[in-house]
Amino acid sequence: MKITVCIGSSCHIKGSRSVVEQLQYLIEENGLGDKIELGGTFCMGNCQKGVCVNVDEEFFSVTPDSVKEFFENNIKAKM
Amino acid sequence: MRKFDTKIQHLKYKVLREVARQAWNDSLLQNVLDIPKIIVPGKVPTMRCCVYKERAILSERVKMAMGGDPENPNVIQVIDIACDECPAAGYEVTDSCRGCLAHRCEDVCKRGAISFDHNHVAHIDKSKCVECGQCAKVCPYFAIVNRKRPCQIACKVKAIKINSENAACIDNDKCTNCGACVYQCPFGAITDKSYILNVIDLLKKSKEQGGFKVYAVVAPSISSQFTYAKLGQVIAGLKKLGFHAIVEAALGADMVAMKESREISEKGFLTSSCCPAFVKYVKTAFPDLLPHVSTNLSPMATIAKYIKETEENVKIVFIGPCTAKKAEAQLESVRPYIDAVMTFEELQALFDSRDLEITELEEDVLDNASYYGRIFARSGGLSDAAAQGIKEQNIDFELKPIICNGIEECRTALMKKSKNVLDGNFIEGMACIGGCIGGAGCLTHGVKDKAEIDKYGKEALEKTMTDAISVLK
Repeated sequence: MKITVCIGSSCHIKGSRSVVEQLQYLIEENGLGDKIELGGTFCMGNCQKGVCVNVDEEFFSVTPDSVKEFFENNIKAKM
Repeated sequence: MRKFDTKIQHLKYKVLREVARQAWNDSLLQNVLDIPKIIVPGKVPTMRCCVYKERAILSERVKMAMGGDPENPNVIQVIDIACDECPAAGYEVTDSCRGCLAHRCEDVCKRGAISFDHNHVAHIDKSKCVECGQCAKVCPYFAIVNRKRPCQIACKVKAIKINSENAACIDNDKCTNCGACVYQCPFGAITDKSYILNVIDLLKKSKEQGGFKVYAVVAPSISSQFTYAKLGQVIAGLKKLGFHAIVEAALGADMVAMKESREISEKGFLTSSCCPAFVKYVKTAFPDLLPHVSTNLSPMATIAKYIKETEENVKIVFIGPCTAKKAEAQLESVRPYIDAVMTFEELQALFDSRDLEITELEEDVLDNASYYGRIFARSGGLSDAAAQGIKEQNIDFELKPIICNGIEECRTALMKKSKNVLDGNFIEGMACIGGCIGGAGCLTHGVKDKAEIDKYGKEALEKTMTDAISVLK
């Protein structure tokens, strides 16, 4: 599974660093390091909906507060 | 509000804007010969002896706007017919000489080069004069002047000579591409090649054919430019032009500073490698010191390399204050990462070629880098960032930076280092006075520019370089 988090300016201001850090932690905590590839990109062209996250081409709008819920429902559940 | 410092910049801008307009409309080939007449339409000359000379020079400017002479490897070129062949005779007595009786000029001249006519008016014997300037200093009437060409005064690396036709010519080996002569020539006879057509081509192809996206990497000195608008509006303007994403070169600076601070502590002595004019100067004037130049790519190349390695189908345009970056982008080590380089002057022309009034746009945002990456744009910022890198990485090393503001200070420090008498372990080499904010490709050079950079630095969301680069792989 490939997760791409937007680290462009707009998403950065909305907290993409926190989203990346939380995802790194959750991936490690759940032992999914070898199954998930976490990467960044500088713009997904969807700045209003930031923080923009793509999971295998599927788009999600995530906030630093909703990372855990997003991870449980859209990543862990699909593994 | 004035957009440019000088009328020369404005003239160059008008040419660039027109060339760009025609390029967007796919009519450049058809109309290229008419551009001089579009810019100078009437019969009355406003700049030179006649409109025909004005147009002849303008057609040379059009060539420069379209990439210049491909046979000439230098990104800085002289437009021969625009060179006014300024007097370059050195020290001369002017008609302000009152034929006084004191003759201080004669007394101070150790070479016996000064003589007097029957009216006691001084004359300098050029075969004896060594251009020391003492006579000019002591004359109570300031009657002795030093006639030097502004381009030669501007060029501190002495790369400008006078050719057999009495026009300025550039020694390409010595030239560091810094653009000081471009900014200083009062006739606009020296200019930097423009790659604005490459940029337009990339933007058009990306929009019409797709298959790749165009990223803009912008230098932090942008915060001291386009002062008539808000930075967010400049970013919005870039997106309107067709850039997919705008990334701060300062994020590359954060990456560089972290690596460079480790490199200094490992090697014990280092010079920076961010400023391409400084690096070229070391290569040509102090080749023995080349092993001490940091092995890091510049912030521009570092962030562009990162983007190209992590994203597919990306073209990158660097936008900055610097003419030497145009030369840096041609280096084999940098060429794979940078597809075109544009100055702020050229960006202004690009905006206006699309009639984009950026002050009317809704503000976008630019925030990737930390405070430290952003202050690279001004003299001293790189050293502050290196010190911060040492602190953030808990490296046990005492940094003693020598901050060289302008190429003359660089020369002094390099000279001392070559003689092993330099009291410091890090040379921050910036070819332009003030750092990048003094670059030749800036729209304006203001006294408040340094304060603008510091203000912009403090606005960064990330306060440490570690945090800024933590989102990168």
